Amino acid sequence: MNELAAAVPWLGKRNPTAARWLILILAIAAPLIAWQFGRSWVRILDFALLYMMLALGLNLVVGFAGLLDLGYIAFYAVGAYTFAFLASPHFEVHLPFWLVLPLGAAFAALAGIMLGFPVLRLRGDYLAIVTLGFGEIVRIFMLNLNYPVNITNGPQGIGMIDPIVLFGWDLSQNLQITEDFAINSLFLYYYAFLACVAGSILFIRRLQISRVGRAWAAMREDELAAKAIGINTRNLKLLAFALGATFGGVAGCLFGAFQGFVSPESFSLMESIAVLTMVVFGGMGNIAGAVIGAFVLALLPEILRHIAVPLQQALFGHVLLDPEVLRMLLLSLAMILMMLLRPTGLIPARARYAHPENLHRSSQP
Amino acid sequence: MDAETLQQLINGLVIGSVYALIALGYTMVYGILGLINFAHGDVLMVGAMTALQTMLFLMGVAPGMSPVAMLTLALLVAIPVSMLIGYTMERLAYRRLRNAPRLAPLITAIGMSFLLQTLAMIIWGRNYHTFPQLISTTPLQPVEGVFVTPVQIVIIVVSALLMIGLTLLVNRSRIGRAMRATAENHRTASLMGVDTNAVIAFTFIIGAGLAAVAGVMYASNYGIAHYGMGFMPGLKAFTAAVLGGIGNLGGAMLGGIVLGLVESFGAGYIERLTFGFLNSSYQDIFAFIILGLVLIFRPTGLLGERVSDRA
Repeated sequence: MNELAAAVPWLGKRNPTAARWLILILAIAAPLIAWQFGRSWVRILDFALLYMMLALGLNLVVGFAGLLDLGYIAFYAVGAYTFAFLASPHFEVHLPFWLVLPLGAAFAALAGIMLGFPVLRLRGDYLAIVTLGFGEIVRIFMLNLNYPVNITNGPQGIGMIDPIVLFGWDLSQNLQITEDFAINSLFLYYYAFLACVAGSILFIRRLQISRVGRAWAAMREDELAAKAIGINTRNLKLLAFALGATFGGVAGCLFGAFQGFVSPESFSLMESIAVLTMVVFGGMGNIAGAVIGAFVLALLPEILRHIAVPLQQALFGHVLLDPEVLRMLLLSLAMILMMLLRPTGLIPARARYAHPENLHRSSQP
Repeated sequence: MDAETLQQLINGLVIGSVYALIALGYTMVYGILGLINFAHGDVLMVGAMTALQTMLFLMGVAPGMSPVAMLTLALLVAIPVSMLIGYTMERLAYRRLRNAPRLAPLITAIGMSFLLQTLAMIIWGRNYHTFPQLISTTPLQPVEGVFVTPVQIVIIVVSALLMIGLTLLVNRSRIGRAMRATAENHRTASLMGVDTNAVIAFTFIIGAGLAAVAGVMYASNYGIAHYGMGFMPGLKAFTAAVLGGIGNLGGAMLGGIVLGLVESFGAGYIERLTFGFLNSSYQDIFAFIILGLVLIFRPTGLLGERVSDRA
């Protein structure tokens, strides 16, 4: 929260308390503002919050521990499919939300450890490719495990997934306050997700300044030196994978319940790359960076969609670049230009406990 | 050896030699820069798409042209275009990041890969294009029950020639010696008067040229081309390079062939091995499994001597 407050332009440095209140008010008022532009924008905000959770989780792995994971979306998939298996008509199982959520998180963490073990000794670029391969394997299985026993329902995906029900309160139904005033279900989901994101930020913040977080930073900067001072890098790497995956799994559960439908299409490599771009764009190793990166890069393509498509129609008479192409263009350019021009991201991570002369070095990934 | 085994062997050799050609590009760049050029597979796609465009153009202008001449012309356009892309990537992005932290060049390379795919999507659309099969695809039957198409024969012959050519270039020529020196140690090489920047650019150009040829052959073999076609062969070729020992030219060739064979036999027998539970749609996972196994048990690869810690 402090980092986030400090990132507010102009106000952040002068009056952090005011900046904090501003963020809080904006976060609460955001769906009300979005509602003015149409209900689809509230939906987009809901998805932006899910991306934030993913970016926060991936930031844990990439930013804190320095392990480049290109298959992160696989954990999201594990969470979403766990929810779909255990709370949908597909297997005729309808377990309550409070049971499925921890299960989804646990399965994702397990997948994280399973991925972590074989890649423990790898670093940097090899790790990236192996994790990418892991992501692809998970996707191939999701696509093909409908034969000979139908488990994942193949490319069609699983639909009619149960919504989130908190203590008998169904979030997918509009909340009827009085006769003619109801809170739309999209708002309910927004505030539920917002609470999850806030909880995650709090947890990760505490984690970052804890013994574990500092050990991760040491490992990221110099693995050999970290080992030499007695840090158990093996366990720490596994922990990074497992914790990162847990966030992915929780976000996946929420996604499955919110969307009501999961299919392998939502878990393509492009999504892994998109989340990575959010982390890189915001600033690796930095909570505020992950949050803002996710917010900007989840919203910008949608804004482009609403501006660029009519604009192209007006200028050329037909649509030259469809929204999906624009999104890919935006993400790939963001990734390349960020690395070339501002490798520390929009909001560079502040190095703690660093000697001033090393500041520029240790703030880099 | 029964007909089926022989058939799998031939299929494996064909696809393996394409992997080997692509793997050479990865391994050369890795040997010199220690960078996985993620966008290498997409250079292959650019080569194939450019060749396709040229062929369509030639068919419109000179419909009577002989297929071999047409294919040669298409290659003569596709290779320089790919080389230009390879050079541009190095010059604009990777060169600036040579001293950047470890993850920066890799992330840039991933961005490059997606940028190339997006640009190709803008130019050529999302659809699968039919790739003209100018060399006959009517199968010959050298042995009863075994089918080999002329395209497959051409692929094996061309790859073999290119690999021999590259080996000679690296081991016998002046620029080849400069490449080996740069791979050994940048600074020392430049102190000895080697223009390392030029050598690195040259490496990218050669790799891109090989990828273009591989792309045209890959597309000719399957008869289709589209904007994302470079991704899978790129990944598999990387696996091949690691399997053979990254940084090692002979290793890349061997790795490519071995991977091609494993894939072909694996796809042929997986259904029987798993009692029908998994079928040939799982063909793509073999490469990843091999990659994982190699990295765990023998990170230096089959022929590599390099220390794995360079990664």
